[in-house]
Amino acid sequence: MNLELMKPGLAALMLLCPALSAHAQDGKVHEQVFANGLKILVKEDHRAPVVVSQVWYKVGGSYEPGGITGISHMLEHMMFKGTQQYPAGEFSRIIAENGGQENAFTGNDYTAYFQTLEKSRLEISFKLEADRMRNLDLRAEELEKELQVVTEERRMRTEDKPRAKMQEQFNAVAFANSPYKNPVIGWPSDIANYKVEDLQAWYRQWYAPNNATLVVVGDVNGPQTIKLAEQYFAGLKPSEIKPIKPQAEIEQKGVRKISVKAPAKLPYLMMGYKVPVLNSAKPEWEAYALEVLAGILDGGNGARLTSRLIRGKEIAVSAGAAYDMTSRLPEMFLLEATPAEGKSVFDLEYALKDEVYQLQNELVGKDELQRIKAQVLANDIYQKDSNFYQAMQIGLLETVGIGWQKADDYVQNINRVTAEQVREVARKYLVEDTLTVAYLDPQPITETPKAGKTIGGRHAF
Amino acid sequence: MRFNLIGLCLLCLSQLGWAGVNIQHWQTTQGTRVYFVQTPSLPMVDIRVAFDAGSARDGAQFGLAALTSAMLDTGAGDWNADEIANRFDSVGAAYSAGVSEDMAWLSLRSLTDKALFDTAFSTFQTLLTQPRFNEDDFQREKGRTLAGLKHREESPGALASIAFNKALYQDHPYAHPEEGMVETVAGFEADDLKAFYKKHYVSSNAIVVLVGDLERQQAEQIAEKLIAGLPVGEKPAEIPPVAMPTQSGLQRIDFPSSQTHVLSGMPGTYRKDPDYFTLYVGNHILGGGSLVSKLFDEVREKRGLAYSASSQFTPLYREGPFIVSLQTRNDQTGQAIEVMNATLNDFIKNGPTEAELQAAKKNITGGFALRTDNNSKLTEYVTMIGFYQQPLDYLDQFPAKVEAVTVADIKDAFQRRIRPEWLQTVTVGGGN
Repeated sequence: MNLELMKPGLAALMLLCPALSAHAQDGKVHEQVFANGLKILVKEDHRAPVVVSQVWYKVGGSYEPGGITGISHMLEHMMFKGTQQYPAGEFSRIIAENGGQENAFTGNDYTAYFQTLEKSRLEISFKLEADRMRNLDLRAEELEKELQVVTEERRMRTEDKPRAKMQEQFNAVAFANSPYKNPVIGWPSDIANYKVEDLQAWYRQWYAPNNATLVVVGDVNGPQTIKLAEQYFAGLKPSEIKPIKPQAEIEQKGVRKISVKAPAKLPYLMMGYKVPVLNSAKPEWEAYALEVLAGILDGGNGARLTSRLIRGKEIAVSAGAAYDMTSRLPEMFLLEATPAEGKSVFDLEYALKDEVYQLQNELVGKDELQRIKAQVLANDIYQKDSNFYQAMQIGLLETVGIGWQKADDYVQNINRVTAEQVREVARKYLVEDTLTVAYLDPQPITETPKAGKTIGGRHAF
Repeated sequence: MRFNLIGLCLLCLSQLGWAGVNIQHWQTTQGTRVYFVQTPSLPMVDIRVAFDAGSARDGAQFGLAALTSAMLDTGAGDWNADEIANRFDSVGAAYSAGVSEDMAWLSLRSLTDKALFDTAFSTFQTLLTQPRFNEDDFQREKGRTLAGLKHREESPGALASIAFNKALYQDHPYAHPEEGMVETVAGFEADDLKAFYKKHYVSSNAIVVLVGDLERQQAEQIAEKLIAGLPVGEKPAEIPPVAMPTQSGLQRIDFPSSQTHVLSGMPGTYRKDPDYFTLYVGNHILGGGSLVSKLFDEVREKRGLAYSASSQFTPLYREGPFIVSLQTRNDQTGQAIEVMNATLNDFIKNGPTEAELQAAKKNITGGFALRTDNNSKLTEYVTMIGFYQQPLDYLDQFPAKVEAVTVADIKDAFQRRIRPEWLQTVTVGGGN
């Protein structure tokens, strides 16, 4: 019930540990699709007697029509409110009793639920998840309370955070009609007006075996696990899943700039260029080249933004680049920075554009390319340290329509990227006409955070 | 995902290792304690060096330990920051450093392939033993720290935390934030950092932790070589005892936010506390067990007052904070505090039910394998065990200690230790 929004853009970004580096080599992925359409993917990893189980639904913020933005996330909260068989609170109580950890998260393109358990308890997770896949008991009075919780969540994540607020408005301006313009948590007036019927319809429409992928990673046997899952999931009724409308973003015809005022202490800059992702890149290598380009700018402490803008010119106190090639729809290539004392967001904008200019006009060095490739290779191994992360990669790739197998080619495809290709994608995509720029304009924190009165001996007990 | 527990799990939860975590332990010839866990499944290694050089050692210069730590990779031996970064990046190694109240640490994650590892290791060793603290680098990093401290002032949660720690610890070294304050950091000079480094980054004040695909002999050589360049030096004096508050306090701070952040608590428990396991299990029921705790249930599930409500103990060398916290819409702050207080008071007065205790035990012991199921988590645990000199079988013992806790123990420990008349409450938000 504590839900993490996988925010588009910087927050979700792990540049050099992109969500693609899973490697099937030392853990074969067993795959099966049940007759009702549920896909199960099991990866064995026998290093510790634990297992992570995740159910991924192909639905998220980008599936939502206007008026009910954020409803996938709201439903995610309601998924902990019980079924006929396991009333509110039972799910969490049973998982806790079995020593498990559980939670869920919603993104633009998915909603996922997970449990991590000692390996012998996997069946409990299957039993409970299968039950709430089709039998959720949605009640108006529970929705009313949970609406307040989500409202508090929005205050915490967005309303009271100047940069998050700016990023929300940045996305709303950068995208004209792509559903990525909406925040995953939803617009305030939409959140305030969900009805239990909206939730019921959303649940019935999307929470079905033929719209879900079950991912299991851990100390389990592949075929046995598939059999076990079959017992619980194979009998569930599928829904009729209609493909959603494309909502292809209209072509941007010139730079867009916004300024966002918020009580803050520091200015902040964000820039985003419209770029293709793995799903849309033609040819496909463009996505890998953009990935490498992001690494050249922001892959490690030696990458260009840190070495040139933070050190070097000393005009930024922080700077970053972000590209997520695994989105369902085309995304943005993001650059962001905080100016150093005495510098402005405009100095930074100029400097970041200069970095882009250099990428368009000079080939990146051999050593720089090698550095990125070495990091990708190493991260490919480091990521195997976490079952959870391995399951995330598989589930995400499958859910956004790329296919989990793509993970196997990631290192190889990065290795194939040439300096010329990096220059080419910089020239083709990092262009002024598809750029959006946002400036955070700090307003005084008027109610100065001075220490208030201390009242001794007055605690309410 | 869990918003309030993940970071915390690292140092305050614990469970028996699944096959028993085999921690090997020895000392280098210079007397530095070494802790090693062999995990042969992936060709990688985590190395961590920890010093008793956390923010509690700042003296009056709040933030000194943190900035010293942040400066280590900006120039060392013959290399500048770019060269250091490129040496790590080019072999896929990950370097990090940081401080807590008690500890300053440097970490390296590297592949074990010899050529790659050798470059990563020699770089790591150089910045551990020969950092430069150049004036230019210092001025830049100081400016960045100051910017970070200003950025902190945008966050009502961060401001609440600063005021809360001050209320709990007054003049004790745990009272100030690890990253320091604008007023203190602004006055630092590079020589202050050099002096701090020279005094605290010494082998008698260090431990070394190794987790990964190494043979014992390799681990011994690595630890020996790593520490050899450090002078033996001296351990710092013990951190002074914590004085308990003499009365409760309520501090309200105005801030233009839509939510009010509420923190309430007092100095709680320490690493070698005989009550530690009892308090830990009790808190798990009260507000530590995330989705099923009493606080979560009362504040969020029953009333929808907050996105999160929880309580936690942070055991340190001395009594670390016991914190009950929530965030809520400004105009319902009073109500939320009432519910929070009532839940806490009831727990202190009546303790948990037998059923609640059994459920907590099942959760803690049943999930024990999850606590040490990868190298990252192992590195955190082993560092804690080594730094606080816990028994090497600490993880193995944990479930039995948890099992032994009774309802009466919890009631007794909470009544003795958590005193409503000493609680300090801080609120930061609009409409106060």
